[in-house]
Amino acid sequence: MTESMEVLKAGIASGRLKTDELVLNMGPQHPSTHGVLRLELVLDGEIVVKVIPQMGYLHRCFEKHAENMTYPQVVPYTDRMDYLAGMNNNHGYVLAVERLMGIELPERVEYIRIIMAELQRIASHLVAIGTFGMDIGAFTPFLYCFRDREYILDIFERTCGARLLYNYMWVGGLSHDIYDGFLRDVADFIKKFRPTVVEVNNLLNYNKIFIERTANVGVLPADVAVSYGCSGPMLRGSGVDWDLRRDDPYSIYDRFDWKVITGDGSAGTLGDCWDRHMVRVWEMEESCKIIEQALESFPAEGDIASAIPKRIRPAKGEIYTRVENPRGELGYYLIADGSANPFRLKVRGPSFVNLSVIDEISRGHLIADLVAILGSIDIVLGEVDR
Amino acid sequence: MESLLQSLLGDNLLTVVLYCALPLVFLLLYALLAILGEVKISAWMQDRLGPMRTGPWGIIQPIADVFKLLQKEDITPAKADKFLFNLAPFLSFMSAYAAFAVIPFSSQYVGADLNLGLFYLLAISSLNVAAIIMAGWASNNKYSLYGSMRAVAQIVSYEVPAAMVLVIIVMFVGSLNLQDITTAQSGPFWNWMVFGGPKQDVVLASGEVLSASWVNLIFLPFFLASFLMYYIAGLAETNRTPFDIPEAESELVSGYHTEYSGMKFAMFFMSEYANMFLVSAVVAVLFFGGWNSPFGVYLGDAFDAPWLVAVEQFGWLAFKGLFFVFVMIWVRWTLPRLRVDQLMYMSWKVLIPFSFGIALVVGFLVVIL
Repeated sequence: MTESMEVLKAGIASGRLKTDELVLNMGPQHPSTHGVLRLELVLDGEIVVKVIPQMGYLHRCFEKHAENMTYPQVVPYTDRMDYLAGMNNNHGYVLAVERLMGIELPERVEYIRIIMAELQRIASHLVAIGTFGMDIGAFTPFLYCFRDREYILDIFERTCGARLLYNYMWVGGLSHDIYDGFLRDVADFIKKFRPTVVEVNNLLNYNKIFIERTANVGVLPADVAVSYGCSGPMLRGSGVDWDLRRDDPYSIYDRFDWKVITGDGSAGTLGDCWDRHMVRVWEMEESCKIIEQALESFPAEGDIASAIPKRIRPAKGEIYTRVENPRGELGYYLIADGSANPFRLKVRGPSFVNLSVIDEISRGHLIADLVAILGSIDIVLGEVDR
Repeated sequence: MESLLQSLLGDNLLTVVLYCALPLVFLLLYALLAILGEVKISAWMQDRLGPMRTGPWGIIQPIADVFKLLQKEDITPAKADKFLFNLAPFLSFMSAYAAFAVIPFSSQYVGADLNLGLFYLLAISSLNVAAIIMAGWASNNKYSLYGSMRAVAQIVSYEVPAAMVLVIIVMFVGSLNLQDITTAQSGPFWNWMVFGGPKQDVVLASGEVLSASWVNLIFLPFFLASFLMYYIAGLAETNRTPFDIPEAESELVSGYHTEYSGMKFAMFFMSEYANMFLVSAVVAVLFFGGWNSPFGVYLGDAFDAPWLVAVEQFGWLAFKGLFFVFVMIWVRWTLPRLRVDQLMYMSWKVLIPFSFGIALVVGFLVVIL
């Protein structure tokens, strides 16, 4: 907040400036609500007094659907929740079923899953970074990000035929083995991708206007982030060192050497929009490191289908499995009743939980800041509404 | 001044109509070029091709765009104030176009050779504010209202530093007439204002002699700073990035023209592009010698063809103007957008004090030199 804003606020507080509140509907059809979110804004001039997120425009009864399908049939539905991170969603769900059934996976499957999940994380962060830039008004970095995302989608397409909704990870294995030259393509991508990060940093992230717009905006203190249950870059941006890949290791993440990125408040206050944004930027580099290490020790032989069970019918029991989705902690709470269908599948979606904090951190900011805050939360409505 | 057109056609009604229509013809052609430039330059900057299907390399895309807009349904929202709603786009374009009257396109052509040229320019281009608030209010849409309020606050704020910069130039040249300001910079490019103004004696249109010397080099830093300030203020007045908050797409959908469609939208669009060229042309006239050739000589003089000189002069002004339009497009696709309060800060706390300071120093220098 600059000085002029303080003067304005003081004037309003002292009663010398009489103002009326205005309710403005932002969305569901609005360029910067990232889908079909509707925000009811109570405004005092340009200042946001209250934000009431209204959601459900994309509700598709995922959890109820899951109760009426067999375990493998649920996998394609998980793609459709967080449609920018289909691989990570698959991963969480199949992990839950595998843990319930006690399936041991071949090495090769684990490696391919890790590579796919990390590529997907990069792709998802690229969208987040690009659209955040667009919310601030910079259009060009968005297209640079999408250009590089395209390389990842091409790799996915050559592997499993799909670019967005993969249905790639199956219970106990994968739908397709990797194609010849997959490893080379991934290595090439990483080589091509690193200069893009530098380019976007120069064009956007260290741009004076961009920093002015995002630093000290939407500050989310660590304790508030924890009490609201925020996770992912949202939580790490506030300086909380928490990443499920390291702190609750699943798959083979414990074998790789990488570090958890946290915000440091170097542009403004710890936990502002800029920190959240930069956590995503640097996380892409960490994902590259993981992929590189996975490529080095990639098992040459192995059958990706050997552990796929003939009959998927977990015994009675329940399990909560969580994975680190690009947006945070994606949890699947699965109750099996011994039949071929899950008795209950509850999803803990990171976007949904992260979105709940928006009112808390955008009060007293301007409309333009609200757009920046919403962009920095990086929601995917498919997963908020499910 | 006996202009070329008048000597060719005589002093009759046809000449007057031609005088009025010539800039419009230029403006329409320029708008097509600028629309194409916008899409193509943004495409090159963003690693894509841009329109490719309409004509070779998509060069007739702007014409297709215009036809599309012509075919669109002309919607007036039910709860809108119909009269103001329909008037606003035309008033907006009118204010942009009327300002072209005083732009000297060549030594032979200036729509109205007003002695109060710069004053008229400031006054008439401010009418745009009325059109914008009219559009925002009449649309009966909260987003439009927010957009127009922002636009008005912004344009009014940035007119102050812009006017101050004009004062600096006026003090130096001693005339409000744009033709005089251009003539004062005749000769090679080091006589342009941005390089400190004329280094040799110049005879103005009024017969006055402006004596000058290499001492003028002392003005260079001040005029360079004034140029940058005027250009920044111009960006803000035309609502271009990084000052495009009145139509900030990610916040206000498209600001004051949210409810407009078809040709009424096209009029706003035209007025934005006309304003872009206006600001660029004024920058060219004030700081970059207007229609003066950077070499100080014309091809037409060698062939003893005054019409060729006039065409060349027009070419130089158009080139300089288009160059600054190109810079605007360049900036638009590079920079993010400022916030409302930062924009105000930029104007009131940075540009205005600086422009007053420079005006003071230049005034002092003009007196003692």
